[in-house]
Amino acid sequence: MNTNIQPLSSNAQRYWNPYVAGVGLGLTLLVSFVALGVGLGASGSAARLAASAAHVVAPTAVEANGYVGPWFENGSALANYLVFMSLGTLVGGFASALFARRLAVGVERGGQITPRGRLVFALVGGLLVGFASRMAGGCTSGQALTGGALLLGGSWAFLVAVFAGGFLVAPLVKKEWQP
Amino acid sequence: MNLFDQGLLDTPFGWSIALLVGLAFGFWLERAGFGSSRKLAAIFYLRDFAVVQVMFTAVVTAAVGLVALDSLGMFDASSVYRMETLLAPQIVGGLIFGAGFVAGGWCPGTALVGAASGKLDALAFLAATLLGSLVYAANWSALAPLQQVGACGVVTLPELLHVSAGTVAAGVTAFALVGFFAIQRFTQRNQTSRKPS
Repeated sequence: MNTNIQPLSSNAQRYWNPYVAGVGLGLTLLVSFVALGVGLGASGSAARLAASAAHVVAPTAVEANGYVGPWFENGSALANYLVFMSLGTLVGGFASALFARRLAVGVERGGQITPRGRLVFALVGGLLVGFASRMAGGCTSGQALTGGALLLGGSWAFLVAVFAGGFLVAPLVKKEWQP
Repeated sequence: MNLFDQGLLDTPFGWSIALLVGLAFGFWLERAGFGSSRKLAAIFYLRDFAVVQVMFTAVVTAAVGLVALDSLGMFDASSVYRMETLLAPQIVGGLIFGAGFVAGGWCPGTALVGAASGKLDALAFLAATLLGSLVYAANWSALAPLQQVGACGVVTLPELLHVSAGTVAAGVTAFALVGFFAIQRFTQRNQTSRKPS
């Protein structure tokens, strides 16, 4: 009865029920609120890693930058809780995939696109998402999920806009995802 | 009382708690199937609803949990860090983000999980995400004025609607349940129509 998308490999375990996973994710967010006093995040660590890489090449320019400069006031831009949270996310995702036999190296794609084509779309999408996350002050984790649960006006506006943008552009990249 | 309002978030202790929270975050994302770009992008073609089901279940769980802990006097919900509402950047950023989400097949958190499970498209996406944030920073002097368009400070839905947080949380829960019911009906109808008679 379940037509949800499942792993391609017959060796791999099926994904968990989305409502069960949702409750688990929600409780994780709640623990984050209570223990840390902040919600979840993912794009902030990416921006800090990028700024740190740029800092190696051009330290003066990066420190003078109005947006990322302040991250270096106390030394490293990586000395931030978001960086550690993302390290945890990597390890947690790896462990879960390992236990469920879902570890597999490859390019995931629809049936109508070459691996190279799929990688080009991934690069374009990543560029847009990296830029937009800085503009909105967070991503689906830091704004939509966290701000959504905190019932914040701007985060709900972001959440609606993300789905609007996705559905608007979906017909243009339909071929990429055709089964 | 939490690490943020005690100013202890960026200490070795704060980092270790953040690491543990991240472990659980990555685990649940992967369990949900969000280490798969096909599954994530499928929401935009109404072929798989996990993105909406997981996200709204999580929002409802955390929102109701926070209201409950607060009303039981076990935790002061107002001590949690709240992001400001910046209407124009959040709406424009959201639209660009959505476009990038469906084209790239990932968002930053799920791409971490995808990369950790071996997906090379997730690695490419993450590399480009780093670049995208640098493009933003490099154009900061031009973008900074736009960031203030529609800036309203911290705005919560309960304030906006002049009702309690509990009422809004109940409303969001009811909205989610109606949505889940509609998804159930939609997928069942699709399955019966696909079956050969």
